[in-house]
Amino acid sequence: MNYSGLRVIREAFNGQRGWKPAWRNPEPKPNYDIIVIGGGGHGLATAHYLATKYGEKCIAVVEKGWIGSGNAGRNTTIVRGDYTLPPNTRFYDHSVGLWESMERELNFNVMHSQRGVLFLHHNDAERDDHYRKTNIMRMQGTDGEILGPEKLRKMYPSMNFDGRFPITGAYLHRRGGTARHDAVVWGYARSADRRGVDILQNCKVTGFRIEQGKVLGIETTRGFIGANKVGVSVAGNTSRVMDMAGIRTPIESHILQAFVSEGLKPIIPGQVNYGAGHFYISQSDKGGLVLGGDLDQYNSCAQRGNLPVFESVIEAAVTLFPMLSRARLLRAWGGLQDMSMDGHAVIDETPIKGLYLNGGWCYGGFKATPAAGECFAHLLSTEQPHELAKPYRLDRFRTGYLLDEKGQGPNPNRQ
Amino acid sequence: MTQSNRLNGGLINRGKPLNFNFDGRAYQGYEGDTLASALMANGVRFLGRSFKYHRPRGIFTAGSEEPNALVELRSGARQEPNTRATVAELYEGLVACSQNYKGSLRYDLLALNDLFSDILSAGFYYKTFMWPAAFWEKVYEPIIRSAAGLGRLSGEDDPDEYEKGFLHCDLLVIGGGPAGLMASLTAGRAGANVILADEDCRFGGRLNVEQEDVGGKPAVEWVEQAVAELTAMDNVRLMPRSTAMGAFDHGIYGVVERVQDHLHTPVEGKPRQTLWRVYSKRAILCAGATERPIVFPDNDRPGVMLAGSMRAYANRWAATPARMVAVFTNNDDGHRTAVDLMAKGVDVTVIVDARLDAPTLTGVRLISGAHVIGTKGRHGLSSIRVRQADGREETLACGALGVSGGWNPNVHLTCHQGGRPVWNESIAAFVPGQNIPVGMSVAGAAKGLFSTEDALRSGAEEAVAALESLGIAASALKLPRAVNSAYNLQPLYHVPHGKGRAWLDLQNDVTVKDVKLAHQENYRSVEHLKRYTTLGMGTDQGKTANVNALAIMAELTGKSIPETGTTIFRPPYTPVVLGTIGGRTVGKHFHPTRETPTDKWAREHNAPFDTAGDWMRARWFPQPGETHWRQSADREACNVRKNVGICDVTTLGKIDVQGADAASFLNRVYANGFAKLAVGKVRYGIMLREDGACYDDGTAARLAEEHFVITTTTANAGAVLRNMEFARQCLWPDMDVQLISTTEAWAQYAIAGPKSRELLQRIVDSEFDISNEAFPFMACDSVTLCGGLRARLFRISFSGELAYELAVPTRYGDALWRRMLELGQDLGVAPYGLEALDIMRIEKGHPTGRELDGRATALMLGMGRMVSRKKDSIGSTLDQREGLTDPNGLRLVGLKPVNQSEVITAGSQLVNETAPVHIDSEQGHVTSACISPHLGHSIGMAFLKGGDQRMGEIIRVVDPVRGTDVKVQVISTHFFDPEGGRLRA
Amino acid sequence: MIINHPLMGPRDRQEFTYLGDACLIDRPDWQGGNAMDQFFEYVYLRDDPAGTHRELWYHEHGDRSWLVVTRNTVTHEITNVELASDVARKQGRSK
Repeated sequence: MNYSGLRVIREAFNGQRGWKPAWRNPEPKPNYDIIVIGGGGHGLATAHYLATKYGEKCIAVVEKGWIGSGNAGRNTTIVRGDYTLPPNTRFYDHSVGLWESMERELNFNVMHSQRGVLFLHHNDAERDDHYRKTNIMRMQGTDGEILGPEKLRKMYPSMNFDGRFPITGAYLHRRGGTARHDAVVWGYARSADRRGVDILQNCKVTGFRIEQGKVLGIETTRGFIGANKVGVSVAGNTSRVMDMAGIRTPIESHILQAFVSEGLKPIIPGQVNYGAGHFYISQSDKGGLVLGGDLDQYNSCAQRGNLPVFESVIEAAVTLFPMLSRARLLRAWGGLQDMSMDGHAVIDETPIKGLYLNGGWCYGGFKATPAAGECFAHLLSTEQPHELAKPYRLDRFRTGYLLDEKGQGPNPNRQ
Repeated sequence: MTQSNRLNGGLINRGKPLNFNFDGRAYQGYEGDTLASALMANGVRFLGRSFKYHRPRGIFTAGSEEPNALVELRSGARQEPNTRATVAELYEGLVACSQNYKGSLRYDLLALNDLFSDILSAGFYYKTFMWPAAFWEKVYEPIIRSAAGLGRLSGEDDPDEYEKGFLHCDLLVIGGGPAGLMASLTAGRAGANVILADEDCRFGGRLNVEQEDVGGKPAVEWVEQAVAELTAMDNVRLMPRSTAMGAFDHGIYGVVERVQDHLHTPVEGKPRQTLWRVYSKRAILCAGATERPIVFPDNDRPGVMLAGSMRAYANRWAATPARMVAVFTNNDDGHRTAVDLMAKGVDVTVIVDARLDAPTLTGVRLISGAHVIGTKGRHGLSSIRVRQADGREETLACGALGVSGGWNPNVHLTCHQGGRPVWNESIAAFVPGQNIPVGMSVAGAAKGLFSTEDALRSGAEEAVAALESLGIAASALKLPRAVNSAYNLQPLYHVPHGKGRAWLDLQNDVTVKDVKLAHQENYRSVEHLKRYTTLGMGTDQGKTANVNALAIMAELTGKSIPETGTTIFRPPYTPVVLGTIGGRTVGKHFHPTRETPTDKWAREHNAPFDTAGDWMRARWFPQPGETHWRQSADREACNVRKNVGICDVTTLGKIDVQGADAASFLNRVYANGFAKLAVGKVRYGIMLREDGACYDDGTAARLAEEHFVITTTTANAGAVLRNMEFARQCLWPDMDVQLISTTEAWAQYAIAGPKSRELLQRIVDSEFDISNEAFPFMACDSVTLCGGLRARLFRISFSGELAYELAVPTRYGDALWRRMLELGQDLGVAPYGLEALDIMRIEKGHPTGRELDGRATALMLGMGRMVSRKKDSIGSTLDQREGLTDPNGLRLVGLKPVNQSEVITAGSQLVNETAPVHIDSEQGHVTSACISPHLGHSIGMAFLKGGDQRMGEIIRVVDPVRGTDVKVQVISTHFFDPEGGRLRA
Repeated sequence: MIINHPLMGPRDRQEFTYLGDACLIDRPDWQGGNAMDQFFEYVYLRDDPAGTHRELWYHEHGDRSWLVVTRNTVTHEITNVELASDVARKQGRSK
């Protein structure tokens, strides 16, 4: 059934009786052509593209809990395409383009709001880095501009320009913004389900059946399910799932905390990133301020963090916007981030035939959702890397063709 | 004043009346009131509007679980939106306003939303607002955002201060009700170090709100005696107004103390609130339980509240929500409300008890097996509709209804580390599970032991057990006699009859219909239910709504409640002020400030500063008449190349390396060779990361056979020391080498220019020969200055001139700087700052952090030959990977504009001479650039694909953001004095 | 988190800087047969378990010792803390 304003009004007069389940609860079939492990944004987007653009017919998405229970349901909802290294610039700009058409494509309002992403700088070196970035963004054909303090003061009069690290300017990426994270999961799930994809929740993968270097299927808590091809899309748990296939990856699992305040009348119009400390803030459509910062910086699968980062994120918030001091923090949570050895993703085949990996997304997973889905679908269907995904191959760590926007090298907790 | 709903008794101080203002009207209350209790006593029932439908809202609870009575407390810069009136202590002159309406509270224009509630049902916005595409951002979203949020921030800076503190204890007792008090007494008497924290302003918990005796006296008296005893113990720290908001790893708890929130204006110099980090060996959670209602149609009118809260207002705050009340309950505890209110002279119309076998009560009408199925009264309850088991219905007048659906143990902190609570069928509630934080135990109602007698015993037992596990002997105290009131709950989550919407989440306006819709659309897991309907996502985090909602979902799915589960509990337990978590580490104190020895002199001379990490470094030293920074920087650079300049380079890392294996150790951590560096010599070195990228460069000076001093870049000083310690301790632990940072121990100055030797000869004591023959380029030595001051002298040059670096103990830095400026006046000595430093190093093609970007290898930097292949050093294996040695990879080159009047800017991109400005033509980028005063034109350093093979080629530097496109020629980075003759003068 | 330093007693996590898996102690031999492959695995591949993890912490704001901490990555419980130099020597590292 189609969603629209008219339908909402009709159903209001119909006691909401006409609304259908957004997705089914099918029983697993014994075999599928393609199984995607991971019912997050990426896995469901992959299924959507497999079923639409790539015309695949026999697909399942297998999710250990409820769909969107991983990082898709825990992130700070930022969508942007501002990257410095050309392969990243291309990939993420393409993703932003897909975000812009997502609602029409899915017939689901994901509340994608391009209200602008601002990245502050505090000295000439940072400013030059921002010129480099916005220049390559413009050469890609997307937007990017550098603002001086006067323009910034007009946009954000309550920002403190004279704190410990004076703000000397910023870059503005107008096409960047936010989206409602749960809606993205549900939108892709509904679309995939309508096209025959079986979404199997509460179905945890416990192992792979591999014979003579080829994957035959997956062992799960709901039994064995056969497949010709299996795509692993479980960022946060990549190491554990790949370990079941006997593969070690260049990924460490880390905890990233995020925070939301009580609902407030609008005060932060766009999304702001602080250069002098890893910190960013935006305001959701319900009024809560969404805040985030750095990793806790030690390997963790606990999906919760400790006080030091909690405090440093809020210290940065109050330093940047002193008027927030009297607002209240409502909730703190944690995500389980796949931190890779160069800060960027892996979308590639593995040494095992029929087994493919989409992981290592570090901080860039949510904004990559549609493009990652498209690229992974391309790979699963054609067995060739999508043009945009070629730089994200697994062997780049061995050959030295690394990405590494931050220049931190093989230190996942600094990436 | 009126206070028409004031009762007798209570724990308020009638000797201290307090005047306050709400929504522009003046009222009076008493010391001991909360804002909510005082408003209630004054007959105010309607305090706010719900989030989505803007329905009238009144006081629902008497505690921090309050979903409705949210006000903007205070005005001006101290304004606090979303403040729960139920926990705001009343003070003289308090000012508060209701929030979340357009127009007035009474006549809220947005209340029209309610008319459209069927359209605005759960999740409606996912199904619409998609067309036309542009309207989402231009029309729909701005409307949604302006209607969203509840309270408003003032936009002004916060005038209050906040503090952070650290506490250590053997036992942290969280909650000072009967369980917590017994636990603290037990542990305190045993001599353990105890901290007892309670979110309330007084200890006692529910003993402050119940009419019962403990140890033969009124509960409140027993509490007073217990608190007096605890206060007298030196080993016990009492922390009222302190909320344990999070249980973190290893027994660390975050406790927020509201130090001065109960005062009109905080005393200056003292914090408004303090964030305590409590390091506990053991903790006992005595957090009590929170009541939940029974859900029925039209259950959200002002006047409908929790039964336990209703009697709390009567008993503790001597206030009643109305003169005629009713009770709706499924358990015995609800009866106590009727009894207590009648005792205070309030009419109790009826007790509607859902249980067919409900016990009777004298003096009040009790209908068993009955449900409340509806209410009337727009801005406040006026009547309830009751349906009996046989179907008979009647309407009964009342101004308030106390609802008791059961009690939920406050298990939250037991789940902060990922544990899940378990369902206890006998009390129909979640209790702590097995997987609770290490070192924590639970006592009393938080564990599901609801009677006072059980709570007292449980607190004492847990304390004994906790102390035993620490090896502290504690004896179980004699328990005072206490009430063991019955509960006899028969679960009823929602009433199956009646017309109208039945409300679950009062703040976010989520109804039973919404849960049914979520189920219908297959958002059935509790997390999907929550996220789809927004149930439990308000400021109260669903404390009085969640269990009822999941019980309804369980019913719909045919699963049991334990199978359905709950959503995750996360810190903070109740919302925490951002300023409190920021403490003093905000504003100018967000990070420490590191000042160099010449900082004072630089400020005296109006130098502007740059931040380099936590350091402050002077950028240039303006002379009178100079209006543009290039006038100053160019003058300083020219003066260096003509006369002599001095520059403070203290911030560069300095590491002292000593030991018999010092040389071979350095040979392993630098890519180039150091094993054979002669004593008295300095060498430039590059350090690689193990993956082959060149992450730092500097110099190593051999002052003695077993003594080196190395320098690093400013930014990487810490990282270099860390990596060297790693190599020393983890890779080659038997090497005889020791390291220490001396960055802050020595003030270090560059002294550069043709007259630098002359200047030095005026300060270096004469017994040290620093002629060119005795002290050639790259020499080093310990010397003394100015008649015996010990110093270190290094003949190294970043500027490309004859130059030295001179180090003295930091405390002499300022004096030496001033002395050099004085002594060198006739030589034309002048200080130079970061900008001049940068100009000159670019002229010489020296890489800095702009080029050492963490991706570049030695080969890319044009220093490939420096990596010795004859020895093992960090990074020298992986830097030979094909991706890092690709001939078409980036290489550092110099650029000069073809048209000498054009300017190259850092951050620009490179394209081939005739290529379009497109990402696919990208050939590299400009890392550093300046307008060279010595060459008279712009120069730049850049990474260019295959650049080392493209010398002389014409390419373009493009900058779409600044709108420039400049033809340049690829040349060597050694722009100025490429042979280096000036260095060796 | 609290790390029980073998020499200094319990210290708050904030005094330390984390590196990663203690496998970084076993640096390959640069002259070994397939040194490039070995260094690649050493630098890039990780077990990253959900469970017991031996990892390296540096007491940056303390005595600058490196420690090998045995910690569970799911519960964060720390069961052992040793001086990394002791561990390195036990694993045969010397000069």
